[in-house]
Amino acid sequence: MKIVLADYGAGNLRSVCSALGRAGAEAVVSPEPRATREADLAVIAGVGHLAACAAGMQQTGLADALRERVESGRPVLGICVGLQMLFEESEEGGTGLGFFSGPVVRLQARRVPHMGWNTLSLRGEPKILEGLDGEDVYFAHSYTARPAEELPGAEVEHGGTIIAAVERGALAGVQFHPERSGSAGARLLRNAIAWSKSA
Amino acid sequence: MVKKRLIPCLDVTKGRVVKGVRFVELRDVGDPVEMATRYSEYGADELVFLDITASVFGHDPIVELVERAATELEIPFTVGGGVSTLEHARRLLRLGADKVAVNRAAVERPELLTELAAEFGAQAVVCAIDSKKVAPRKGEVVTHGARRPQGLDTIEWALEAVERGAGEILLTSIDADGTREGYDLEITGLVCDAVSVPVIASGGAGTVKHLADAFEVGAEAALVASIVHEAPERIPEIKRELKEAGWPVRI
Repeated sequence: MKIVLADYGAGNLRSVCSALGRAGAEAVVSPEPRATREADLAVIAGVGHLAACAAGMQQTGLADALRERVESGRPVLGICVGLQMLFEESEEGGTGLGFFSGPVVRLQARRVPHMGWNTLSLRGEPKILEGLDGEDVYFAHSYTARPAEELPGAEVEHGGTIIAAVERGALAGVQFHPERSGSAGARLLRNAIAWSKSA
Repeated sequence: MVKKRLIPCLDVTKGRVVKGVRFVELRDVGDPVEMATRYSEYGADELVFLDITASVFGHDPIVELVERAATELEIPFTVGGGVSTLEHARRLLRLGADKVAVNRAAVERPELLTELAAEFGAQAVVCAIDSKKVAPRKGEVVTHGARRPQGLDTIEWALEAVERGAGEILLTSIDADGTREGYDLEITGLVCDAVSVPVIASGGAGTVKHLADAFEVGAEAALVASIVHEAPERIPEIKRELKEAGWPVRI
């Protein structure tokens, strides 16, 4: 079981990498499209603007490697801006990889960024979220994906209902930070490892 | 609904956690990452490491500490104190800090906030403001461990900081800091009303009631020091009491 975190220059992949290690996986950070292509699970993580992330993905060839994986049904997990990257146009500028339909829009709430622990409400039966209904996980974001179709996943309330996670076959994303979400986050990562093995 | 956060603040100097009253009379209370891990296990929602002597003596921020914390901690943490340039902040964030808190450097060069937000997103940028009461409903921004008044209105500066890209305000009343007599609810409430980002109340927490008071005036999070450093095992009890008082907290 080998997990590769696609390094497209958006910094801080180390925390996610350590957390995957704690969850029992062998995880490495790599800028090589080939590593992302060949991994058992490819992870898109990072922080910052979607436009910069998308540009980094294109320039490094990682976007193509991820597209190939998704087309052949091999597991890809997006975390935080990595989830947003799975969608289409962003109000923040830039365009995601478009694996899911729908835009990325600015949050409409009294307090933005949406910062802190919030309670997951599951929708459908997403495998990566097994056992996490009603659990609190950590969010830190100002933009949110707005899926065009109803997908298994999870939602939270912040100035209305917003997406916390989505899953379709071997493709999944979480808006929160599992690497900073205590035992609930660790559970998510263990679930994701199991899901990627069976996907 | 997003939960109200309890955030222990670890004042760090030369790699050790210290605690003082009104920024002076420092005494050693422990190892930062060990303490942070214990707080996390007891249910702290987030942590702040403040290198309190860095900006006074011009030291580099606490790089080794950040590296350890990033790999060991399972909750988010902010690093502040002496973060003076984009390069400093970038280094800390790349090493795994979830957020950086900038204080004096932002006052001296507000563009820093914009640059940081452009590169890492507003959610990684905390503007720390030390405020001293100068008149009713009016605070003045002070820096250099509260020794230097900046002639800048606290509320106006908070608004500008958010405008420029800060994703959170860490507001410390230096009048209340270390007193355990409660947060300065007046300035905290005024800043909470003025800005659109989350505000962390800081300085003066001594009881659970003080935390609830800060939430009541609009703070999203409460920074605590003394009350948890002395008895971290009280964290679950503090959160339970907050919950019983009707506040949404993570148990």
